[in-house]
Amino acid sequence: MLTLAQEIAAAEVFAGLAPEYLDLITGCGQNVHFDAGVILQREGDPADVFYLIRRGSVALEVHHPGAEPIRILTEGPGEPVGWSWLFEPYRWHLDARTIQPCSLIALDGACLRGKCEQDPALGYELMRRFARCLVERLEATQFQLLDVYGNARVGV
Amino acid sequence: MLASASDTATASAGPLVPAPFRLLAKRRETADTWTLELEPRHGTPLEFAPGQFTMISRGGCGEVPISISGDPDEPERLVQTVRAVGLATSALCEAEPGEVLSVRGPFGTAWPLEEAEGADVVIVAGGIGLPPLRGAVLRMLAQRERYGRLVLLYGGRAPDQLLFGEQIQQWREQGLEVLITVDSAGPEWIGHVGVVTRLIGRAGLDASRVLAMTCGPEVMMRFVVATLADTGVQSDRIHVSIERNMQCGIGVCGHCQLGPVLVCRDGPVFRYSEVERWMRVREL
Amino acid sequence: MTDDRVIAREDLDALFDALHRCGYTVVGPTVRDSTIRLAEIAGTRDLPAGVTDEQEAGRYRLAQREDAALFGFNLGPDSLKRWQLPPDRTVWRARRKPDGELTDFSTDARSGPAGMPDRIAYIGARACELHARAILERVLLGGNHPDPELRERADALIVIAVQCGEAGPTCFCASMGAGPKVTSGYDILLTELLDADHHVFIAATGSVRGEELLAEVPTRRAGSEELAAARATPARAAEQIQRKLDADWVKELLYAHLEHPEWESVAQRCLTCGNCTMVCPTCFCTSVEDVTDLTGEQVERRQQWDSCFAVDHSYMHGGGPARQSARSRYRQWMTHKLASWDDQFGTSGCVGCGRCITWCPVGIDITEEAQAIGAVTHGPARATPAKED
Repeated sequence: MLTLAQEIAAAEVFAGLAPEYLDLITGCGQNVHFDAGVILQREGDPADVFYLIRRGSVALEVHHPGAEPIRILTEGPGEPVGWSWLFEPYRWHLDARTIQPCSLIALDGACLRGKCEQDPALGYELMRRFARCLVERLEATQFQLLDVYGNARVGV
Repeated sequence: MLASASDTATASAGPLVPAPFRLLAKRRETADTWTLELEPRHGTPLEFAPGQFTMISRGGCGEVPISISGDPDEPERLVQTVRAVGLATSALCEAEPGEVLSVRGPFGTAWPLEEAEGADVVIVAGGIGLPPLRGAVLRMLAQRERYGRLVLLYGGRAPDQLLFGEQIQQWREQGLEVLITVDSAGPEWIGHVGVVTRLIGRAGLDASRVLAMTCGPEVMMRFVVATLADTGVQSDRIHVSIERNMQCGIGVCGHCQLGPVLVCRDGPVFRYSEVERWMRVREL
Repeated sequence: MTDDRVIAREDLDALFDALHRCGYTVVGPTVRDSTIRLAEIAGTRDLPAGVTDEQEAGRYRLAQREDAALFGFNLGPDSLKRWQLPPDRTVWRARRKPDGELTDFSTDARSGPAGMPDRIAYIGARACELHARAILERVLLGGNHPDPELRERADALIVIAVQCGEAGPTCFCASMGAGPKVTSGYDILLTELLDADHHVFIAATGSVRGEELLAEVPTRRAGSEELAAARATPARAAEQIQRKLDADWVKELLYAHLEHPEWESVAQRCLTCGNCTMVCPTCFCTSVEDVTDLTGEQVERRQQWDSCFAVDHSYMHGGGPARQSARSRYRQWMTHKLASWDDQFGTSGCVGCGRCITWCPVGIDITEEAQAIGAVTHGPARATPAKED
């Protein structure tokens, strides 16, 4: 089993960061465990903590009254949950819920944000990496919006 | 002249005349999709290669191209999975066991199962794009030792629209790695949610060993190909099954053109590098 | 094959008689509705004697000649395609049993629309027509699944070709390597020679059937002056050809410019009427529909000419057409004809007959469009209209 530091260094979003930055991030991290079905964050909550998944999976959901939550995305091992901690107004846009028993690394986003302010090089690195997550999410959302399975192909 | 006269005699019915197939059984896959099992009315099994399609119709309601979703090693059963979206496909889905349907074919090209030997085979299917790949999965599982990893990445619109649920479980036991995702789901779904391309990253592929086969809506295939390319899979190692307006099945009606290819004759399965340029042109 | 022979004008009907005796229906040019159409003709009296045509982009008129030439005109809207691939035919007819099985298939050509005879002798084919015939045959019968009925039609066809002595303004066969000189593909080749004193046809044969037929017609040996005049005939037509298209270069040109602004420009003029595809001697698109009688017991699959200008042509099951805009449909037609046909069938799809230019109601000229696409690549791009239809 990997240590916290190894797990963080292996995650794609942090891969290749300078050792001192990895140490700093590790310093902001803590192993946490959740049962299935636990709400990690709710839409509108302050985004001060984000997660890196070690085991299990986490769903991002949209809640709307009178209906079951709509599950729009799931994140799995090695993937981060949440980027709102890095972008104003630092509030979650979606609910996050564990869908299996999960081992996560909880990272102190508010603390990291402060470090980024002090060290623009770190700020640039994290902004660049999470911007990439955002781009991927945007592309996936566009693809999802097309609802491609809705009306195309009959069986060829 | 003599040669052509004898050719005419052997093919006297002509390529436009269908053969009768009796519907033995039908299975509902989803709200609008059925799998039909047919047998030839007059004996001759319909030998096919996975990826090929037939032109099938129910008495005078129009003919449609449908990929064969059956086991290539059991040609005495013609299996076709049809989604009811128009008159002809609805008529097919409404047929009752005992009825006789009309079938021409098989037509078109097949998945490159020989070329895939030794490779890690990644099958990316979207929605109704899985049935055209089912025969390939069955053949590869029957010859499991010839292939490296066998990975199925399957995306659907919602959990209740996924096809072949129980069979996929059996395939897993036979050595197929399966990742399934849906575009959206309620809380009862504990699997992946998100687009099928996200599964590519999660499959932990060694790009240099991959041979990919993909079938689904054309937009999906373009995204899939782009993501595979990002992970380092060359476009000549990606095979796609393309849909166009196939009416004759034999390359003479002109409807299924995509630039230099006639999809019914030169496809539907193409090496992506051969059609990449044409798939990028809008309204071609 | 054998030496060229001379048929006197007054003996040409003997050729019709011979064909009729062998059971052939003779199809040839004849004046109908102020147009030279192809139709069943009984003899030389049905040919457009002394008639010529004036053609330009979007324009077709008949006019009187000063002489009595029988073939003194160029092409009308019809081509041999009507007989190679009938515009409307029953590909099969069957009886539907109660369990849905179709049985008692009939695919006999004679089950098709009335008036479509199956043993045809075509008189008056020009060089471009012969090339078009070969191209269409390659499309329809050159694949792995030739249609036996169309094969039979093709094999039964007798062709009596005629050398062009004059080229029309919309002709560009020379550019496509399809004329004006007839070199092969005929059973009998006629060259019409006409001056104040005599009116004869120099006849060459290209097949055993042609020789047998010609033996039924009174002929004499051709003199050397007559042979020289016959040789000069297609050369004279070649000199009159005005339109050009660079066939060696057009395929790569079009493939390289699928997003060229000229497509938008031509779409502003194109009515997507499909006339060009109907008059084209090689355009082969067809669609099928199933027709049942009221009881549902008799089922018929009908095949009809279709056009890539029809919006449904590229319909995708469960979706819409792949080619929605006029721009994309014109591009499909022209690039198919001049570029992708070659990839699909190993030959160009165009013979330079010029029918598509003449019969376009707005006078769109395929040779001009090719030049526009070629020219603009060397100069400033044309403004792209802001709106697409």
